[in-house]
Amino acid sequence: MQKRSIRRAQINVLLEKLLSLHQVIYAPQKLGNQVDFAPLRDLQDLTLDHIQTVRSAKAALFPPVEELLRYQRAGVETELQDRDLTNLAEQVLFGTRPCDAAAIAPLSAVFTTDDQDAIFARRLERTTVISVSCERSDGDCFCTSVGVGPGDSRGSDLLLTRLQDDEYLAEILTAKGEALLQLAPELFGPEPAESKEAHLAKVQKRFDWEALHDKLAGAFDHPFWLRTALACLGCGACAYVCPVCSCFDIQDEGSQKKGRRLRSWDSCGLALFTLHASGHNPRSIQSQRWRQRMMHKFSYMPDQLQQLGCVGCGRCSRACPADMNLIEQVENFLFA
Amino acid sequence: MTSFSNLYKPYLLRIERITEEAPGVRTFRLAFTDQQEKERFHFKAGQFGEYSVFGEGECTFCIASSPTRSDYIECTFRQMGRVTSALMNLEEGDTIGFRGPYGNVFPLEAWQGKSLLFIAGGIALPPMRCVIWNALDWRDRFKNITILYGARTVSDLVYKHELQEWQTRPDVNVVTTVDPGGETPDWKGKVGFVPTVLEKMAPSADNTIAIVCGPPVMIKFTFPVLTQLGFEPDKIYTTLENRMKCGVGKCGRCNVGKLYVCKDGPVFTYAQLKEMPAEY
Repeated sequence: MQKRSIRRAQINVLLEKLLSLHQVIYAPQKLGNQVDFAPLRDLQDLTLDHIQTVRSAKAALFPPVEELLRYQRAGVETELQDRDLTNLAEQVLFGTRPCDAAAIAPLSAVFTTDDQDAIFARRLERTTVISVSCERSDGDCFCTSVGVGPGDSRGSDLLLTRLQDDEYLAEILTAKGEALLQLAPELFGPEPAESKEAHLAKVQKRFDWEALHDKLAGAFDHPFWLRTALACLGCGACAYVCPVCSCFDIQDEGSQKKGRRLRSWDSCGLALFTLHASGHNPRSIQSQRWRQRMMHKFSYMPDQLQQLGCVGCGRCSRACPADMNLIEQVENFLFA
Repeated sequence: MTSFSNLYKPYLLRIERITEEAPGVRTFRLAFTDQQEKERFHFKAGQFGEYSVFGEGECTFCIASSPTRSDYIECTFRQMGRVTSALMNLEEGDTIGFRGPYGNVFPLEAWQGKSLLFIAGGIALPPMRCVIWNALDWRDRFKNITILYGARTVSDLVYKHELQEWQTRPDVNVVTTVDPGGETPDWKGKVGFVPTVLEKMAPSADNTIAIVCGPPVMIKFTFPVLTQLGFEPDKIYTTLENRMKCGVGKCGRCNVGKLYVCKDGPVFTYAQLKEMPAEY
């Protein structure tokens, strides 16, 4: 790992250079009255003074709707057209918070363990992640409770931390990060004298995820789920904004003659998720679905994939229309 | 650069033969349209696939034919939802999509030298038919083979011709039953629910593996009977049938606790089920 410095204006020059190389840059921008990731067209639109985007950056790696293949039928013959993965653009995820970058590992674990999901793997291979450390946090942030931190470098190729005014520490973490440096070495200065720690947000540790994990192992029939799920509307908003949630649906679009097969985001919180054609539903009531969400993230994923399914970004709490706050839920569960 | 192949791209299979099994239940005999794909394709008893009608979607069924008969694969389905209704409209010669084989297997190799007791209800004979034919094609490797099969009515029994064929074999003991009220005047089998008939049959648990597939209510009442007969929980096998999309442990919907039916199943022992939450 190398440490260098870079000024705010030079960051823009670097991004312009990447744009001129026809790379797609997903970066936080003010869209309406909220900040979200979108392909960057004009550097004017870029914003870095937000705490957290409303939606996570996962769409750049796992789009909400994605084509898996095309089909065409003539008489009894069917022809399939595979996704052409050779022309996926090189892309840059810019301005991800350390929690978003930390979410790439659990996402990858789902998509590439055992059977490799080629579309995801290919896209990840072509993605460079430039994160910006958190200078501020809010009451919904809990990254430090799940082993992530406001200046964590994991998942990032290049991590920028603002030291003062317009000076940033640039940590070059991977070969892809090194390639960015080589692309425009003149934009980077020497390693700054100051370390980043004093400039990072203070995120209080709110719970012990290992205690949560251990208690969940014996809590399948705990009355907590039934009681707390009464608030849940089953809207699935928490899953849609979550950087780790990766459950999906597969549907065909088109006629039986011609069309495409699509994968789209889905959520274990939705009532139809596990419904059988017969009408039987293994998770027929909301408390079972709410339990599934918590179990999957904090119990099943650590046990099966050695990855926590949560990075503490707090988006689920901010997005919930029924005000189910994850920190509160976990605190209540641990005391229940 | 890493090589990539699309997990979700199905094989194309041609429907060679359609058999009407029961009201709303059909069997398709399917052949690979691509010879190379056919030669590379191998599966074992218990595995399943994702069958698709393009434009309608995919549907999960077991492979109902035996791996010992590798010229084709067969599936048996009941018309129930969107995809099975579309399958119902297809004709011999049409092509469908197939992804698989997925999931774990019935450990037939480990059962060598033992007796096999098959207990099936209704539309759950198909996942077992694969194992039955596999065992019959390796007949000398097993001791007694007993099949108890029940359905609601006589017309709901699937694989009627094969049931007759098995009944005429001296090396298989076949018992068929229909629920009370489901019999016809010329019905020669038993009348009664599967667990009750099993209790009366009282097969020996000695060196015997029980394989149970059926509707949840049948399974619920069959396990205690088997236990009473002396079958240990790890000698009783069944399959789970949760809803699936991907079939490869990614889409997130077929889990029972931390296990995925698509990867850790669909074959489970009663001993495993006892340790798992009842999320199926």
